[in-house]
Amino acid sequence: MDLSTTYLGLDLCSPVVPSASPLSESVSNIRQMEDEGAGAVVLHSLFEEQLTQASLEIDHFLTLGSDSHGEAVSYFPESDSYHVGPDLYLEHVREASEAVDIPIIGSLNGVSSGGWTSFAKEIEAAGASALELNTYFIATDPELSGHEVERMYEEVVRDVTDVVSIPVAIKLNPFFSSLPHMAAMLVDAGASGLVMFNRFYQPDLDIERLEVVPRVHLSTGDAIRLPLRWIAILYGRIGADMALTSGVHTHEDVIKGLMAGAQVTMVASELLKNGIIRISQLLEATSFWLTDRGYESVRQCIGSMSQQHVAEPAAFERANYLRTLQSWPPKVGQ
Amino acid sequence: MSASRAVMDGNEAAAHVAYRTNEVIAIYPITPASPMGELSDAWSTAGQKNLWGSVPRVIEMQAEGGAAGAVHGSLQAGALTTTFTASQGLLLMIPNMYKIAGELTPAVFHIAARSIAAQALSIFGDHSDVMAARGTGWGMLFAASVQETMDMAAVAHAATLSSRIPFLHIFDGFRTSHELQKIEILPDSVISSMLDPDAIRAFRLRAMSPEHPTIRGTAQNPDVFFQARESVNPYYDKALEHVRSAMRQLGEATGRSYDLVDYVGHPDAERVMVLMGSGIGAAEEAVQNLVAAGERVGLLKVRLFRPFPTQLLLDALPASVKRIAVLDRTKEPGSIGEPLYQDVVTAVSEAVAEGRMESVRVLGGRFGLSSKEFTPAMARGVLDHLSAPAPRNHFTVGINDDLTGSSIDYDDAWSTEPDTVTRAVFWGLGSDGTVGANKNSIKIIGEAAEGHAQGYFVYDSKKSGARTISHLRFGPEPINSTYLISRANFVAVHQWMFLERYDTLAMAAPGATVLLNSPFGAEDVWSKLPASVQRSIRDRGLKLWVIDAYKVARDTGLGPRINTIMQTCFFELSGVLESTNATEQIKAYISKTYGKRGSAVVQMNYAAVDAALEHLHEVTAFGDADGPGNRPTVSEAAPDFVQRITAEIMAGRGDLLPVSALPDDGVYPTGTTQWEKRQIAQEIPTWNADLCIQCGKCVMVCPHAVIRSKVVDETVLSAAPEGFQTIKAGWREMADDRYTIQVSADDCTGCQLCVEVCPAHDKTNVSRKALEMTDVREAAPQARAGWDFFKGLPEAPSADLKYAKAKDVQLMQPYFEFSGACAGCGETPYLSLLTKLVGDRLYVANATGCSSIYGGNLPTTPWSKNAEGRGPTWANSLFEDNAEFGFGMRVGVDKQREYAQELLGTLADTVGRELAHDLRHTEDPTAARGMVQTLRERLSDHRDARSRDLLVLADLLVPKSVWIVGGDGWAYDIGYGGLDHVLASGQNINILVLDTEVYSNTGGQASKATGLGAVAKFAAGGKPTPKKDLGLLATSYGYVYVAQIAMGSDENQAIRAFREAEAHPGPSLIIAYSQCIAHGIDMAKGMDQSDRAVKSGHWPLYRFDPARVKKGLPALQVDSKAPTLPLRDYFYRENRYRILKHTNPEAAAGFLTQAQAQVKERFAALTRMASPVPSGDGADGAPKSPRPPGPPRRPPVTKP
Repeated sequence: MDLSTTYLGLDLCSPVVPSASPLSESVSNIRQMEDEGAGAVVLHSLFEEQLTQASLEIDHFLTLGSDSHGEAVSYFPESDSYHVGPDLYLEHVREASEAVDIPIIGSLNGVSSGGWTSFAKEIEAAGASALELNTYFIATDPELSGHEVERMYEEVVRDVTDVVSIPVAIKLNPFFSSLPHMAAMLVDAGASGLVMFNRFYQPDLDIERLEVVPRVHLSTGDAIRLPLRWIAILYGRIGADMALTSGVHTHEDVIKGLMAGAQVTMVASELLKNGIIRISQLLEATSFWLTDRGYESVRQCIGSMSQQHVAEPAAFERANYLRTLQSWPPKVGQ
Repeated sequence: MSASRAVMDGNEAAAHVAYRTNEVIAIYPITPASPMGELSDAWSTAGQKNLWGSVPRVIEMQAEGGAAGAVHGSLQAGALTTTFTASQGLLLMIPNMYKIAGELTPAVFHIAARSIAAQALSIFGDHSDVMAARGTGWGMLFAASVQETMDMAAVAHAATLSSRIPFLHIFDGFRTSHELQKIEILPDSVISSMLDPDAIRAFRLRAMSPEHPTIRGTAQNPDVFFQARESVNPYYDKALEHVRSAMRQLGEATGRSYDLVDYVGHPDAERVMVLMGSGIGAAEEAVQNLVAAGERVGLLKVRLFRPFPTQLLLDALPASVKRIAVLDRTKEPGSIGEPLYQDVVTAVSEAVAEGRMESVRVLGGRFGLSSKEFTPAMARGVLDHLSAPAPRNHFTVGINDDLTGSSIDYDDAWSTEPDTVTRAVFWGLGSDGTVGANKNSIKIIGEAAEGHAQGYFVYDSKKSGARTISHLRFGPEPINSTYLISRANFVAVHQWMFLERYDTLAMAAPGATVLLNSPFGAEDVWSKLPASVQRSIRDRGLKLWVIDAYKVARDTGLGPRINTIMQTCFFELSGVLESTNATEQIKAYISKTYGKRGSAVVQMNYAAVDAALEHLHEVTAFGDADGPGNRPTVSEAAPDFVQRITAEIMAGRGDLLPVSALPDDGVYPTGTTQWEKRQIAQEIPTWNADLCIQCGKCVMVCPHAVIRSKVVDETVLSAAPEGFQTIKAGWREMADDRYTIQVSADDCTGCQLCVEVCPAHDKTNVSRKALEMTDVREAAPQARAGWDFFKGLPEAPSADLKYAKAKDVQLMQPYFEFSGACAGCGETPYLSLLTKLVGDRLYVANATGCSSIYGGNLPTTPWSKNAEGRGPTWANSLFEDNAEFGFGMRVGVDKQREYAQELLGTLADTVGRELAHDLRHTEDPTAARGMVQTLRERLSDHRDARSRDLLVLADLLVPKSVWIVGGDGWAYDIGYGGLDHVLASGQNINILVLDTEVYSNTGGQASKATGLGAVAKFAAGGKPTPKKDLGLLATSYGYVYVAQIAMGSDENQAIRAFREAEAHPGPSLIIAYSQCIAHGIDMAKGMDQSDRAVKSGHWPLYRFDPARVKKGLPALQVDSKAPTLPLRDYFYRENRYRILKHTNPEAAAGFLTQAQAQVKERFAALTRMASPVPSGDGADGAPKSPRPPGPPRRPPVTKP
């Protein structure tokens, strides 16, 4: 079975790509991912906000209480370097790129315009084969229109693609009024790929302590259906590759993603739960499944069940909603 | 600027040489010498090499005595070894110093000379420490400036190798150790060339080795000891030449020539002063001015004090000299004179007796104790005094001794400050970054031009709301003015409130520029200025500029740190650098200083620089001097002592207090912080009474005891001020009474701990709690009125309460209030709790450290008393001896009580047999007090000796509580031997360890309480070993009560522990988790972090009560649950752990894994210990019963 695919113009040996997660913080993990057959690896994200926060935090606590008392003019030893800039991340990109033959895709979450472009250039210079823009923006201002938010995303893509020559993908959230329009706009701005979708860490409420708390939940299999629909809808309608991320746990999920139209399917939760070894297991099962059904290559099935290629295209649209409701009629008396 | 020049302080100058010339460095923190050890540790961690290309080993010891022992051993093993210390630390080294010198071992100790504690501790500089070591046989080489400190360090290391005499290299604490100066750096090649490689090889060959074994440190008998002692004489005879030779080498290489003594002044001087150390700078300025004015005066600078350069000193004196004043920076009470004076007298008298010189009158004087200012005016006063017909010998200068009349007069207005020097004074707060910015300014100027710069910084004794005064000089020539600025041509006042409290412009020279951080603009500010300030500005023609720096700081994200903004304005107004150039250089220095902390910090400061000048405005319209008056320093209600003395010190006029004003034995009244009213909070808590659940948590955690509660009878509220809130008391026993919470607005630090721990939320809006922070300007008027009324309400109303939980204990009166501890301090709530429980019968022995500074540093002290005048009696002895000190108190108290009880038995018929019996046997303090009162009445008419003795001792019949209090540096390290002995003693003594897991007071050096992987000074790479388990060690005795507590996690467990410890008839040890500014945390959330320490298992709560064993129960009770929080969620909320993630992530990860495993193991071990004791003897494989709890053979409390 030919498992190879292409993504962002890169030739990949397989369609399973570990997405950004803490697993890719270790070069030895990345080596293992390659050994298990990963097509590429998306590194954990470089968060500009985190760098800013770390910088301010280090400064604040090194300064707190200093030069206030004759006996204690400071409370911490000064170090020559605190690695609060991107240097550790860039070093990691460098090491990972040198350690494996598969493409290393950097991931960046910027805040400022300058941050997006400068860090993107540095990630490229460090040896990344491609760059994934990890965008998220929670609009809380009633004065801010959806159009303005869309323009912000577009500008980020345009700014970054203007300054780097490696392919750039953007990881999207599903909450745009018109996702196809948004996707087309981003591709027009220079994006070579769309990664669907970003999973936000949703805050939770601690009702004992009366506090809002961040909670991280790993994805479940159900999560795949949202990206599956949109990839199926967008396949063939935009000039960019698509990657499916969220809810890929089994070889069936991999195959669904490919059939919907994704060039690659990305996994994180499954690897965090059951180990990096799951990559080879997924690939083996995918290969078996495809072989068993007479497929010769992964490429054959990419987009084979996209909206354009299924017998009932409307199933991806409103009809799906109606059918879902109709399948669970309330019982009489309830 | 030349690469060989840099701006640094004396500590760095000494450490620069010491690090390069040694292989082993044994360190222990002590002010003001700690930075030398800190720098050495940091350099070693960074892999910096010594002159021979090897990284020195830097080892922290448990005490200075230990450091000296380690040095001695390392030297005997043949390694070039040094240490740094001061004051009491040096005294602890003296026994080893005799040995090292006796064995002719080359070594240098670098000493930032500091006062020795006598009637009080002082961290400041004089020569009393080094003079106490003058009999050890060590050479003593004094440096007078930062440059000399570097140079003499090299001379000392060179001379010790060639002479085999060990040397103390001495420079003055603070004045030199902490003064920033632009100096020439000694190149390594020069230092290297001064060290004789053959001498080093010879030193190594003399070292111990099994390859050529020797025995040293023998015991000798009367037959040979004396002769052997004299055998070293030739080395001392030759030592002078070795030092001179090293000085010559240095002079040839650098152009800076030194001799053992140097004379400056008129070649035919008739009056000469002799002194050592930093005072030379001021004295030389005075002499140069006087000589220029035609006076025949001179100054003899002594650099080598041991061996004493007798002939060189005599040779250096002009033949014309008639009178000599020898100034010592130390005091030897009862002596005929101080050491330098005595040596000069001896040298002169020997020479006169031997006919080598004409008779000369030599006078001795004392100056500059504890960094007391020594100015050119004082130096002139000394020289003028020599002209007096009958000058007083053994005089003092710089103080007003109205008691014995020792002080001489001088003209304080006389100045030698040259016009070419720019003199700038900055009044700031510790938290506003003023000092840090000024340090940078000196470096900017020092590095930017050929000019010279000097900086000296004066701090007050508070750890929160601390005032700083920076004294900066800039000029074209080297600056040797070793005294504070008194005529500044630039004065910056960075805090408006200072204008109301201090005479901030007293130092402004006529025509000076004044820069004021003002909430009022140029148009409005004049009318807001106090009248005294207005008068100063008008009368002296000062130029006034204002900027609302806090607004600019807020707008640019800098928060309360206005340093960069004010620094930019200083450069703009002072003209010390061309303005455009200055802005560039400030930015360059911001990048240099903050660059490694990340670009966000740099950009934020850049923005502040750019915004500063836009908001700087000159005030051109001066009105009449009709502004508001200054706030009185203390209230009129303050007692006489506070009015006359404490208030003067608070106002910054302590230097003017005469000798007679001060207690001669160091005994001061308690309860004086209540008069200070520092008003340092920007926001204070206000009470939403409708939400309050009366839990008392806020009262329990308040580090400054400014938030208090009472339950009172409604009838007493009739006179309550308007807005005084009360709610129905939530106690069954006091159901008809009213409950109130009040805040002392003027004493609050605004730390927010109370608000953070408040559990009472509004049901419809969880962000609203029963306490919330409110702008002090809005809340203070009501709060002040409420507090004044509240103070007059009765304390602790109900005898029916058990006072076993926070809800009850909150109502008790604290006897520890309004300390100067850091805002959010984790230690002080425990002291407040302790005093609530036993405050009116409490003896406290307090180890030196944070708790002795916020607890006992003048001007005011927080230990207080009740309306009857009773309260804790407190004393500090030393750092190392506190357990023994408290133990002595216990024994002393018990012995006197025993004697009183004996007297009571003897006088039973006189006082009544029933009273005598009951009083001898009661352990109830309240009952005993009543009986003592009766006893006094019955004895009042008796004049026999026994009755009079019993009257004096009667108060001892009331049971007393003795608590030994200190930090982890004392308990785990320097005082552990004594603490262990006291625990073993079985005496009824209580020990409270305020465990911040670091030497907090000296600036965050690692102790054995520091956790694995925590970054601290002396552990810059993360502490590689786990925290010592002091509690577990103490439980091994079996009869010691031990508790580990954390106020932020379980205040009721803490209360139980204190009560049980107090009740335990033997020794008790409470180890209290104390969050600290040195942890690098948000102090407002300190209690939450304390809870995380517990929940993560880092700090399990437990009580080990030997009394339980008699009941068949395990002594140990674990009071906290098994860890539920990953250790990382505790660690990485603290900078001390988090910082390693940034500097060495792999090491941080390794430490975390290791620490997490240890946490699990420790909790499992505690759980096993707390399991029910098996009935068998261990034969079934179960552990044997813990050791029975009986105290040692002696009963813990001796009773008649």
